[in-house]
Amino acid sequence: MLSLIVFLPLVAAAVLAAVPASVGRRVFAVSWVVVAAADLALVVAAWIGYDPSGGMAYEQQLPWIPTAGVSYHVGIDGLSLPLVAVTAGLFLACAIYSLRQTHRVKSFVLLFLGLQTVSQGLFTALDLILFFVYFDLSIVGMYFVIARWGHGSAKRSALTFFLYTFIGSLALLLGFIGLSLAAQPHTFDIVALARAAPLAGSGAYGALVLLAIGIGLAIKTPTVPFHTWLPPAHTDAPAAGSAILAGVLLKMGTYGFVRIAMPLLPETWRQYASVVVVVGVLSVLYGALVALAQEDFKRMIAYTSVNHMGYIILAVGAAGILAGSDEQARSLAVTGAVTQMVSHGLLTGALFLLAGILYDRRDSYDMSAYSGLAGPAPVFAGVTGLVAFASLGLPGFSGFIAEFQIFTGSLASATVATALALLGILITAGLLLRALHRVFLGSLRIPDAPGAARDFTDLRPSEAASILPLLAMAIAIGVLPRFLLDVIEPAATALIGMVGR
Amino acid sequence: MGVTTQTGAVILAQQSIAPPPIHYSAIAPVLIVLGAACLAVLVEAFVPRRLRWSVQVGLSLCTLVAAGAWLVVYARGEPMGLTTLADTLAIDTPTLFLWGTLLVLGLASILLIADRSVEPGGAFVAESSAAPSPSPRAASGGSTGGTATSIAPAPTPAPARATASVAEMRTEVFPLGLFSLGGMMVFCAANDLLTMFIALEALSLPLYVMCGLARRRRLLSQEAAVKYFLLGAFASAFFLYGLALLYGYAGSVELSAIADATAGSLRSDTLLFAGLGLLVVGLLFKGSVGPFHMWTPDVYHGAPTAVTGFMAACTKVAAFGAILRVLHVAFEASSWEWHWVLWTVAVVSMVIGAVLGLTQSDIKRMVAYSSIAHAGFLLIGAITLTDEGLSATLFYLLAYGVTTIAVFGVISLVRTSEGEATHLSAWSGLAKRSPLIAWVFTFLLLALAGIPLTSGFMGKFVVFSAALTAGMAPLVVIALVASAVAAFFYLRVIVLMHFNEPAPDGPTVSVPGAFTTAAITLGVVVTLLLGVLPTPVLDWASVGGFVS
Repeated sequence: MLSLIVFLPLVAAAVLAAVPASVGRRVFAVSWVVVAAADLALVVAAWIGYDPSGGMAYEQQLPWIPTAGVSYHVGIDGLSLPLVAVTAGLFLACAIYSLRQTHRVKSFVLLFLGLQTVSQGLFTALDLILFFVYFDLSIVGMYFVIARWGHGSAKRSALTFFLYTFIGSLALLLGFIGLSLAAQPHTFDIVALARAAPLAGSGAYGALVLLAIGIGLAIKTPTVPFHTWLPPAHTDAPAAGSAILAGVLLKMGTYGFVRIAMPLLPETWRQYASVVVVVGVLSVLYGALVALAQEDFKRMIAYTSVNHMGYIILAVGAAGILAGSDEQARSLAVTGAVTQMVSHGLLTGALFLLAGILYDRRDSYDMSAYSGLAGPAPVFAGVTGLVAFASLGLPGFSGFIAEFQIFTGSLASATVATALALLGILITAGLLLRALHRVFLGSLRIPDAPGAARDFTDLRPSEAASILPLLAMAIAIGVLPRFLLDVIEPAATALIGMVGR
Repeated sequence: MGVTTQTGAVILAQQSIAPPPIHYSAIAPVLIVLGAACLAVLVEAFVPRRLRWSVQVGLSLCTLVAAGAWLVVYARGEPMGLTTLADTLAIDTPTLFLWGTLLVLGLASILLIADRSVEPGGAFVAESSAAPSPSPRAASGGSTGGTATSIAPAPTPAPARATASVAEMRTEVFPLGLFSLGGMMVFCAANDLLTMFIALEALSLPLYVMCGLARRRRLLSQEAAVKYFLLGAFASAFFLYGLALLYGYAGSVELSAIADATAGSLRSDTLLFAGLGLLVVGLLFKGSVGPFHMWTPDVYHGAPTAVTGFMAACTKVAAFGAILRVLHVAFEASSWEWHWVLWTVAVVSMVIGAVLGLTQSDIKRMVAYSSIAHAGFLLIGAITLTDEGLSATLFYLLAYGVTTIAVFGVISLVRTSEGEATHLSAWSGLAKRSPLIAWVFTFLLLALAGIPLTSGFMGKFVVFSAALTAGMAPLVVIALVASAVAAFFYLRVIVLMHFNEPAPDGPTVSVPGAFTTAAITLGVVVTLLLGVLPTPVLDWASVGGFVS
């Protein structure tokens, strides 16, 4: 079942690769939509068949490199299932959004289908090497997306992205090998390692392993001070690429924390949880403040991503501080963190697609060049407004559910940090409102793009069809969060149990 | 055991001359290769010129396949490790694995060398093609060369074709290659230093000649040959001097005798470590490990590309096979005294390869520096001195060799009318003109960079795991940083090929002939297979250690 979800896009890509590019771009674009929809349907079926209290489900384990203790081991639980679902949804949205894509459609579609396999694979992987393989391949895939279909100084940004995250992945590999060597017998199996927690009581060795894994994941997340690759990569990536990068690839970092760093190194995690909290708060505040200073709409969203990822880091850090908090609060923090991953995936994905529309119409993200867009493009303005409000954590949207849980869960154990992080929400609210105000209100002003008409086209059907479902999901989670929380909570409690060992 | 049998043999020899027992079935692959090399010399002497190319190619390929088939059959019988020919050769699992690797790489190299369609008439001549000799040879050469030119899509400048004097390929390159390959096979099986030295010469001398046979840019090629010869002679002298000192130390050239002598003796450590140092310098030179790498960029650059592929892959395998054997068998007991020296060498090699690779503007030189960096990674595996490290290094050798040969195969395809376009700027926008070649090259570069699902990743993974197990964490961290730096220059080529505009007078990509296609396909398929399903090969590499 899981292998089908993971490899369906890859098989589709292999089939499409055999089709000559001359049959026309529609064939590829439409088959991408069909494959992505089929994959989402499979994920929904898996969700319906999932028993939240049952722990790991749909497990499958095949030997891969037995001599090194590596196996093809997949399975999902409450931590990964929501992310698998967001991934499938976001890729479908990108497929619909890219129906109008005209530039090298065949390779674009093949690359994204490959990326989908890699992303789904990462969230279902229960083996460290399998996880690493997907982690690294996601870098390669996204590199080509940015470099080939990006704009501005895309080559340079893509190179920065590749090298920075590649170094991170090498640190991760080092940590993984260190972790596996500590286990007897040597294994890379996440479940087995979580059961054994081989580095308990190992002092400095455990700290070094956590440092390596932490740096690897922190670069991918990204947190301050490892975030410098993110803004250029986002600014120059194509809209669909940005949406996947923010919505899915960044989650690989935060997912790594809850899947690998916390359960496999519980004692070390507790020991250094306060460091994690500090990094989280720094990311929250720094991301928000720098976003406030941006003139470029897409760059601003990129920095709010740093801010939003900061909340997650804060929550997972706070979940490692036992003093002053009970198990329920810590579990709440982890639940909030996972909800935030889902929420950020949906909303930031939508925001980047909206930013892509801005660029598609006028070849510019410069906020000072736009004004009064609400007049010619009311739907565009309305949707962007809603997504922005959702993103800043207004009640009724998924962002609120996530951030509320994070703060409630973290307040007891990391009081000062949480209080500081609350300021981040304030700044985010300010900057998003300011951006809305500048771009959509006031008198109409549109930058000149060569060969474009004088007016600003509103959302086209394919664009609306890709963005609105994401917004609808965010509202659904905001109003009726139980269907999601019921899945996450048991897994979060189990995780807290492991960290508390 | 080695000592006793030998002394036994000596005593026997005094009474009646009894030849030492020979396990013919075990050494058959070497015999086949060397025998075929001798046969190829006869072919060169007696077969009419126009038939030589086909006969030589057929003979070489059949030889390698036959030797490989024998090896597979022999290895299937799960033989015990043994020594033969009076303990001069050790046929154990690493030997068999290295032989298999060498035969596969040799096959791919011969395919590249044999190609006559990319470079009309083949890439090897003995005299300059700029001044064609109006000998009767030209007439027959025209007929064989003519069939070849018809396949190639016009990279040859018009005047050269008009004279119709495309000097035909020097088929001496095939016996030379076979001799060299035979030398390499003996080199990594040699169980005493004297055999190792002879094998070293046997593998090197043909290579020096092969370097100088390039049809294009002959001065560069001959300069490369002279440099390689002079520096190689120095390295051989170092090796020989080290051998002499070690003989003085241990009283024997046998690896096992040296190992016995190092285990707690009262002899002079000066002799031991001076000898070991000189010996290892000679070996590191062959493996192009920095700081003994000086010849590598020039020779890789100047030699005909097919020969560069042969050198880069096969010589490295043979050299590291010998390094592994010498360190594991003879010097394991004294490792505590010397291991930090090789730590330093490995670091220096990785740093030189990765950092200087960044500054290269010629693709062959860039691959040369990348090979120096890879030599550093290999050395890490070699100095773990564990069984795990041994099998990891063997795996890495196979993975690296196969990828490298395919890389040089692709390089030989990108040409202007002047010959191969090795300057990096000529590669820009290659993907627009020939996307398939560009993607194949991208895949190979990603393999060299160590991206998952390629053999390069699996190789790094097993080597670094073994090194961490052996407590070499600092070295592994440096290696990871070095591979990140190296990834930058591989990526630079990918950027050039895919995202830059093609130069207006840029190179054409020749339609590869069947031989080059076969070699590149072999390289790509093996690179992918070793990356996805490495288990069978890893298992074979880890069955057993050295015997002596």
